[in-house]
This record gives sequence, C-alpha cells and structure tokens, in this order.
Amino acid sequence: MRLMQKLGDWFDRRLQLGTPIRETMQHPIPRDTASWFYVFGSAALTVFGLQLVTGILLAFIYVPSAGEAWSSLQILNQQVTLGWFIRALHGWGSNFMLAIVLIHMVQVFLFGAHKYPRELTWVVGIFLLLMTLGMAFTGQVLRFDEDAYWGLGIGASIVSRVPVLGPALVTLVLGGPIIGGATLSRFFALHVFVVPGLLILFAGLHVLLVLKLGINEWPMPGRLVRRSDYVEKYRALTRTEGVPFVPYGVWKDAVFSGLVLLCIAACALYFGPFGPTGQPDPRVIQAAPRPDFFFLWLYALLSLLPPALETPVLLIGPVIALIVLLALPFVSGEGEKSWKRRPIAVLTILLAAVALGTFTNLASHAPWSPVMDAGTGTPIPSHFLSGRTPLQIQGALVFQSKQCHNCHALGENGGKRGPALDAVAVRLTGDQLVRQVLQGGGNMPAYGKNLNPAETTALVAFLQTLHPAGQAAAQDASRTARVQP
Amino acid sequence: MSLPSGLARREMFLKIAMLFNGVVGVLLAIPVVGYLLAPVARGRKPGYESWISLGSIDQFPSGQTRLATYRNPVAHAWDGDSADIPCWVRHTDGDRFQVFAINCAHLGCPVRWFPQSGLFMCPCHGGAYYADGARASGPPERGLFEYPFKILDGSLHIQAGEMPTPGLSAGIYDQKPCTRRPPCA
Repeated sequence: MRLMQKLGDWFDRRLQLGTPIRETMQHPIPRDTASWFYVFGSAALTVFGLQLVTGILLAFIYVPSAGEAWSSLQILNQQVTLGWFIRALHGWGSNFMLAIVLIHMVQVFLFGAHKYPRELTWVVGIFLLLMTLGMAFTGQVLRFDEDAYWGLGIGASIVSRVPVLGPALVTLVLGGPIIGGATLSRFFALHVFVVPGLLILFAGLHVLLVLKLGINEWPMPGRLVRRSDYVEKYRALTRTEGVPFVPYGVWKDAVFSGLVLLCIAACALYFGPFGPTGQPDPRVIQAAPRPDFFFLWLYALLSLLPPALETPVLLIGPVIALIVLLALPFVSGEGEKSWKRRPIAVLTILLAAVALGTFTNLASHAPWSPVMDAGTGTPIPSHFLSGRTPLQIQGALVFQSKQCHNCHALGENGGKRGPALDAVAVRLTGDQLVRQVLQGGGNMPAYGKNLNPAETTALVAFLQTLHPAGQAAAQDASRTARVQP
Repeated sequence: MSLPSGLARREMFLKIAMLFNGVVGVLLAIPVVGYLLAPVARGRKPGYESWISLGSIDQFPSGQTRLATYRNPVAHAWDGDSADIPCWVRHTDGDRFQVFAINCAHLGCPVRWFPQSGLFMCPCHGGAYYADGARASGPPERGLFEYPFKILDGSLHIQAGEMPTPGLSAGIYDQKPCTRRPPCA
C-alpha cells in the first residue's frame, strides 16, 4: 500500500494531473441534479466512445474503394470471426447515438439549461448534433451498397439545386463527374478523420463548459433566471445543498451508460448488422433505394412537398432551422426554466415529435412510390373477377398488363400512389372513367397513346364493376333523365 | 510609465513573427485549396464530357426503348461497377433516337421503362414520364435528361461523362436537345 502511494506521488509530481482530476470529480452539483433525467449527455459520450472503438476495428478490414468496399463488407459479415457483430455494434451504436443525442437535446431544452450563462454550451451542442447527423449520413455512404449509391445521387441532386454554384458543388461533393471511387474515398476521409476529429474537439469543449459553468440546477417553477444575479444564486445553491459529483451524480450516469451499451449489444446480437443491400452497380436498376431510419422523415418530405416548393424548402429550410436553433439561447436566455411554465416550449417539442414521427411512419410505407412489380406480381383478388363478362375480364387483363396496379390498389393489394379502385364506379361514371384514363390529370399520366379503343372499352367496363354490393355505380344524370309524360 | 528594457522591441519581433507565419500559412493554403477544388476545375476546363459509343444501332429496334450501358469516359481503376452507367435508348424510327439518362429528374433515382403502359416510373418518390421523356406525373419539375447523340458508321454515340442533376439542366442536358433531323452533333 505504501509502495502504491509512493508510486502515485512519483507520477503526480511529474504529470501534475492529480489535482485537476480530484477537482473535477468533487466539483459540487446541486443535490436535485443527481437525477435520472441528467444521464443522457454522458450516455451520448459513452456511445461515441463505442463508435470510435468499433469504427477502428472495422477499419482493420474495410477497404474504402468503390470497386471493393462492398466485397469487404461481405467478408466482414461472412468470413471474419465476429466481423458481423462489430458491424452490428457500429450500426446500432449509430442509431442509439442519434436517438440519445436528440433526447438529450429535448431534455436540455425543456429544463431550460440553454439559458444564461450556458448559451454557448447549447451552441456547441448544436454543432455536435450536426456532426452526429453528418456521421450518420457519411456512414451510410461507407456501407457502399445500392442504397448508398442512389442515396448519393439524391444528395447530389439536392446540392445541384443551389443557385449558380450547384453543379460545381456537386462535382466537389462527388470528387468527380460521377459517383465512384473518388466519392467513396472522400466520404471515407470525412467519416473517419474530419468529422470525428471535430466531434472529439467539440465534445471536449462541451464537457469543459459543463464543468466550468456547473451543471444546470433542477428547474423550479417561479425561480427565474436573471443575468444580474444568476451566477451568485447558483454558487449559493451549490454551497448550501451541493454534493460532490463523485459519487452522488456519477453512479446514475454509469448505470444508464451501461444499460445503453447492453441494449446496443442486444440489438446487434438479435437483429445483426445493417446490410449491405445489393451491389453498388448502377446497371442494376431494379433498385428501390431507401434511406436509413433517421433520414426517413426527409424521404417523406421530399415526396410530399409540392414540386414548386421543394427547392426553396430544401435550400432555405435547413438554414432557417439552424438559425432558430442557434439563436434560441440568445433570444430566450432569461426567465422561466421549468417546462411546467413554458407551454410553448412543450408544444414545440410535441409538434416536432409528432411531425417527425408521422413523416417517418409514412416513409416506412412509402405510399407515394409505385409498386414497381404489381403488374406482374400482384394478382387481382378473385372476388373482383367472379361473375364478370368476358369484356370485363378482358378489362381486368388490361388493368394488369398496363401496370395500373402499380399505382392503384384493389382489395389492399397494389400501389397506393393513386386512389384505391375498390369502389371507383361509385365515384366516376363510365364517361368520366374514359376521360380520366385517356387524359389523365390529378397527378395521373394520360394513357391515350398507350391504349387502343378496344382496350379502353374493356378497361372501363371492368372499372364500372368496381362498386360495393349494396351501392349502385354512378350514373350520368343526363342519360337516365326521363321526360315526364 | 516605464517598460522593462527591450519589451517594445520584443513585441515588434512578435508582430513580425506572426506576420511571417501568416504569410507562410496563406502561401501553403493556396495549393491546398487548389488540390481540394481540383475536381471542379477539371470539369470546367477540359470538361468531363466526351463522345462514347453505345454500340451498333441494330441493337435498338425501331419503335422500342432499350437499356444500354457504357463505361464512363472519366473513370478510375478502382471505380468498380460504379463507372458502368446505364441509359435508356428510344429508337423512334430511321435515325431518330432519344437517349435518356437513367437518373430521375427529381432526385436521381433509377427510372424503369414499362413498355406496356409506355411510361418511365421512378421507385423513389413516384415520378413518371411518358415514352418521349416528358414529365407525366409526380414530383419531377421537368422531363428526363437527354444525352446529345450522333450516328457514326452505323453505331450510336452519345455525349456523356457527368451524372446529370437538376442543377445541370441549364447546360448540355436540356430537355429536348435533339429530336429533329439531322441529329445534332
């Protein structure tokens, strides 16, 4: 024991780290802050650590070359002992990190921790959020499969819409004229060197600010923040009811971080790694690329925005969002901290959560995408066919062979791009059906050039049978009108 | 007020040293920026576009739309399959062709040709185009991108080399560059 003490002293005289470490561990935190609500920041840092370790492990095998990346992922999945598990840890770690960062941000906002004097801690946090999103996107590219390939195409198409500089920016992002080797190499550099380096730097600054300014006290309704006296009041609070961070606060951080790591490992073990999906070969055009979970809301937004609004929203929207987030602590740097007295803050969070949740949910069904193989792969349910005349059956064949089924559902099957046609005859008369098929309109292409008169007649005859048993098909009033005798 | 002897001189030295470092930094930054912007500069000067053959025109029967692929004229050895670019060739009749980029004019996803319904459909956000590449429905704001083409010794050549994106549409990938005869070259 004496020897240990002596050894410790020997090192401390030379390293001079003992005092700062002791001060950090014992810095006083308000007693209420040693709470389960204050564990998300440390958990995010822990998961970042996991990402660093698993990322380095993956780099032992992964080849950042457009021609070989996909095969090296296959080898990681199939041949390298436990390679699949490290990939799964890294992939699930990424999802957990983003989720925890978002929860951390919501908690900080609802507890008023962004207010004076912690405005810059919030600003650094916003940069950390952007970098985490950047890591998620660049990481998705390094999993160089067909989703990554076409995802890059989507990114390039968005960037190209920047006025004047667009095409030059696309070349800069892709590293050349097409998505290829140069593209993957630069995304590798970003994902492995540039962004993590910045993340380490900013995360360090973020933690330093928390230590220097003190952790946010538990918000009490009615205890207002004022620039004039906040710092003194906080000092008084930590003097009277402060407790040392170690062990009062830290054990909950440690338990939660451990729990999160366990959850990541469980997901990795149970669900396995993400992809890779098909090879990044643009000739395989049977691809239906989908973004990763945390970008699904964007996928939905891009499908649902009116075309004319798309470019302004894509280019100006993020700038406005960023300005709002950065300006927040300076605009509302004082006043009430407790969420119990900040209804607009609570509603904003709820609105954002509901909006993102709805978009994400919609994107997992993607009702706007045609079902590309419904014409050949999805049969018309038999009750729409039984008891029909030959002409109507012929119309059903036209419905299948002309890919109407790709966009229109019958009995829950088929595309959802256009309206379901189960009861279309109730809505439209025969003449209206002919017009709609031939001329299109309302976001439907016109089929006039691709249907001959016989096909149109048959198709409309079939469509006119599509009405519920107890409900008559729509009739043209002018044809059924009788002159009273 | 009296300064310790030589302090003013040392402060001047510090300023000179900072200035010196600043000048060196800027000098070093010039090649670094040049290196980073190289892909853009290359695209402007010699250009990425060149004429490439899609093969004999006999592969593209009149009245049909077929998938063709070409190796991108600017490619690295390690590009793998990613430099093999597909495109849709529509042979109207005689020497009238239309060569469409595979990329949807909305956000670049691969469009697929459905001969029965005479439509190109995009699997991502639901864009659809008519057989001549004109926009039919969905989020795209324009028709499919078209490559300029010419016929040389019985084979179809297109001018390609850069992935078409909506922002490039003002340039060579205009919607209807070349449906008239003789084909523009």
